[in-house]
Amino acid sequence: MEAEAQTGGARVSGAAATEPLLQLDHCTLRFGGLTAVSDLNLAIGEQDLVGLIGPNGAGKTTVFNLITGVYCPTEGSIRYRGVSIAGKKPYQITAHGVARTFQNSRLFPSLSVFDNVRMAFHLHLAHGVRHSLWRGRGFLRAEKEIASQVMEMLDIFHLGKLRDAPANSLPYGDQRRLEIVRALATRPSLLLLDEPAAGMNPTEKVALMKLIEFVEQKYRISILLVEHDMQVVMGICRRIIVLDYGVKIAEGAPGEVRANPKVIQAYLGRDHT
Amino acid sequence: MTVFLQQLINGLSVGAIYALIALGYTMVYGILRFINFAHSDIFMVGAYCGFYFSRMDPRHSLAGGLVVMALAMMVCAVLGIIIERLAYRPLRGSSNLAVLITAIGVSIFLENTGQLVFGADPKAFPELFPERNFTSHSGLTVSSDQLLVFAVTAALLVALQWIVLHTKIGTAMRAVAFNHQAASLMGINVDRVISFTFGLGSALAAAGGILYAMNYPSIDPYMGVLPGLKAFVAAVLGGIGNIPGAALGGVLLGLIETFVKGSQFSTYSDAIAFAVLILILLLRPAGLLGKVQVEKV
Amino acid sequence: MNRLTTALLAWPKAVLLGCLLGSLGFWLISDRINPYYMDVLTKIGINVILAVSLNLINGYTGQFSLGHAGFMAVGAYAAAAVTMFAGPKFLALAPAAWLQPATDGLFLGALLIGGLAAALAGILVGAPSLRLKGDYLAIVTLGFGEIIRVIFRNIDSLGGALGLNGIPPYTNIFWVLAVASICTYVVVTMVHSTYGRGFIAVRDDEVAAQAMGLNTTRYKIVAFVVGAFFAGMAGGLYGHYTLSIDPKGFDFMRSIEIVVMVILGGMGNTAGVIAAAVLLTLLPEFLRPFEKYRMIFYSLLLIILMLTRPQGLFSWKRRPKPAVRA
Repeated sequence: MEAEAQTGGARVSGAAATEPLLQLDHCTLRFGGLTAVSDLNLAIGEQDLVGLIGPNGAGKTTVFNLITGVYCPTEGSIRYRGVSIAGKKPYQITAHGVARTFQNSRLFPSLSVFDNVRMAFHLHLAHGVRHSLWRGRGFLRAEKEIASQVMEMLDIFHLGKLRDAPANSLPYGDQRRLEIVRALATRPSLLLLDEPAAGMNPTEKVALMKLIEFVEQKYRISILLVEHDMQVVMGICRRIIVLDYGVKIAEGAPGEVRANPKVIQAYLGRDHT
Repeated sequence: MTVFLQQLINGLSVGAIYALIALGYTMVYGILRFINFAHSDIFMVGAYCGFYFSRMDPRHSLAGGLVVMALAMMVCAVLGIIIERLAYRPLRGSSNLAVLITAIGVSIFLENTGQLVFGADPKAFPELFPERNFTSHSGLTVSSDQLLVFAVTAALLVALQWIVLHTKIGTAMRAVAFNHQAASLMGINVDRVISFTFGLGSALAAAGGILYAMNYPSIDPYMGVLPGLKAFVAAVLGGIGNIPGAALGGVLLGLIETFVKGSQFSTYSDAIAFAVLILILLLRPAGLLGKVQVEKV
Repeated sequence: MNRLTTALLAWPKAVLLGCLLGSLGFWLISDRINPYYMDVLTKIGINVILAVSLNLINGYTGQFSLGHAGFMAVGAYAAAAVTMFAGPKFLALAPAAWLQPATDGLFLGALLIGGLAAALAGILVGAPSLRLKGDYLAIVTLGFGEIIRVIFRNIDSLGGALGLNGIPPYTNIFWVLAVASICTYVVVTMVHSTYGRGFIAVRDDEVAAQAMGLNTTRYKIVAFVVGAFFAGMAGGLYGHYTLSIDPKGFDFMRSIEIVVMVILGGMGNTAGVIAAAVLLTLLPEFLRPFEKYRMIFYSLLLIILMLTRPQGLFSWKRRPKPAVRA
């Protein structure tokens, strides 16, 4: 896997000149009396690498869930390439080009590595029940094409040899990588990664950082990353958004955010300002 | 008007019995998130216990009847605890489906063993308590058996409420219902609390079984199936896991069923319970008194 | 995917054709076989159809349905209604030489209508149940099965509580084996495709499946519809074999018997489920001298199976146990 990217050192983002890929305007999410996300404004441009950080319970995964349609915002709008996606079902939003991984690995345990990735090709599937039953030449050709595309992706990410292994038999690091591959197979323009470095040791984290940058460059997609690990976030993100109790308290380049007193306060408490 | 009031009394009487059975379902679900399919058969065993124990006391007295009921409740409590220990505890932690199937297996086992041991043909339930009918001058009739249903159910509900809210074991039950791990970290013996819950629920089912048999005096090994399913619906109606909800649900369902039986749709009265179930699960799955659970993604 | 399935899927249509021809051949020699064996084989065939169709819903898609007997009932009554009420008029139109083919056509039509009626019931049951999980889904499907039964008990033109008698004896071993072959073919080919892996994905993790772009609702409905369709055909075959049907025969216990076959065979393992259906149809025959203890043995089998081998007797994949929930 070629690591063309530079690690360490923040890169200042070139703001998207045209319409942003993803835009949240004044998004609020309330569960009865609890406000999980409050008046959030967020924009992600083409080929952006943004980090979303904040203390535990800040609402980071909730923001993901809002974007991917698990929750519908109580107020505000979510637009993807200008089209409103708030309130749409998750599978519809994936069809728009948004893919995600989960905080706790959600691979399909009884399916093989190969089949897990194969699932992503549903979006572009031309055939359904009828064709599976008849098994004509068109069907067989399409299945072969899918199989080769799946293998191609698996090989790029060094999972090819494990193609028939049940997904849950893989070592943890490989499982996380498989999840990313699976999400990529849906051909998204925006990839949401939910704590991809969780549970990894320093070596694995460096490999992950290289992987994320590789993905961004090879597939030319935007990545929004929720992460607790500062090494990873500061290392690869061009822009960082900080959330606390559902409110955005800071946004900017890694250096700025790191020094921002509000951010320090949120993480360490009032006494440390 | 008299007809309406009569239906009301009958409905409350049936509803009270459903409430007793529903309590068992709801307590077990609250603590284990699992529907004890075999609960309805404990109800049946309770009725048969009443049948056999009543032979010990040929004089039909109030005291004797209460003793028979208490004995039946104790026997069924033990039975419930044994079933939990043998069939459900080994599966704690495995998929919900496996426990559900096991519960179905236990239910079938009890029904068929009952058929073998007690005989398949229906038996006439004896008069446990001295029977009298009380009729008002407007024609309203309440039988002493129905009065007993109200009295016993009320007494048991009060006792249950006291146990759950004012005793150590009751508090432990509520803690385990929230979170097993946290409760055990607080020093609660989760296994014992679960056994106690099963025992308590089974005792209530036994009481329900005897009261039911008193009012519909023909008992057979499959008598628990339909009342059990209806009581389950009652528990869901009130909010499964919620104790006052089970009581409320039982009474409501009893009333609905009695009024339907009195109307032109009477042949569909058995299906009414299922219709109610489906409606509730579609419109308000948490039930009337239940809390809405949000799944964390 | 095991080697047998891989081999069969290499030439699926040829295998299906072979099975259909085999069914025909079997029928041709059926006169020379002991009628008792033929009876058992017919029962096995019907149970295979029921089990394989339920396996699609319960096993592959993970929708725990306890109301399969209800779909069977719908198919049985619908098919019988066609042959008994529309049949005579239709057959009267056929010239004498064409009577047999006309009867076959009538029966095929009746079976298909039975299947379609059951499929409709499948939509009616499946759609509202979609939001429910696990226990609740099981209870609701159980409730639907009971409601269907009570409805038929109240339709006097179909015999009401006393049942429908005098159904013409159209079922023979060819029909049973042919439908069983087709049912197996449909389920296996459907599931073993990129599209079909979706059923398993829906079962494994619905949230992740949605994130992959799968319309999980549609998958569940398709599973219910296809499963119910074949259950309906099985019901039609059953009715025209026993010649008399009544609502009691399609009760909760019947549903449970089919569920046990699916569990024994290993949820989502068609070959295992077929083996289990065969085994569990033969078992009562062997236990005939112990008829009194049959259900007790049955229930104990169920309990012991769940305690020791919840993935089924014939499953060679070990299903992972989910982590203990706090």
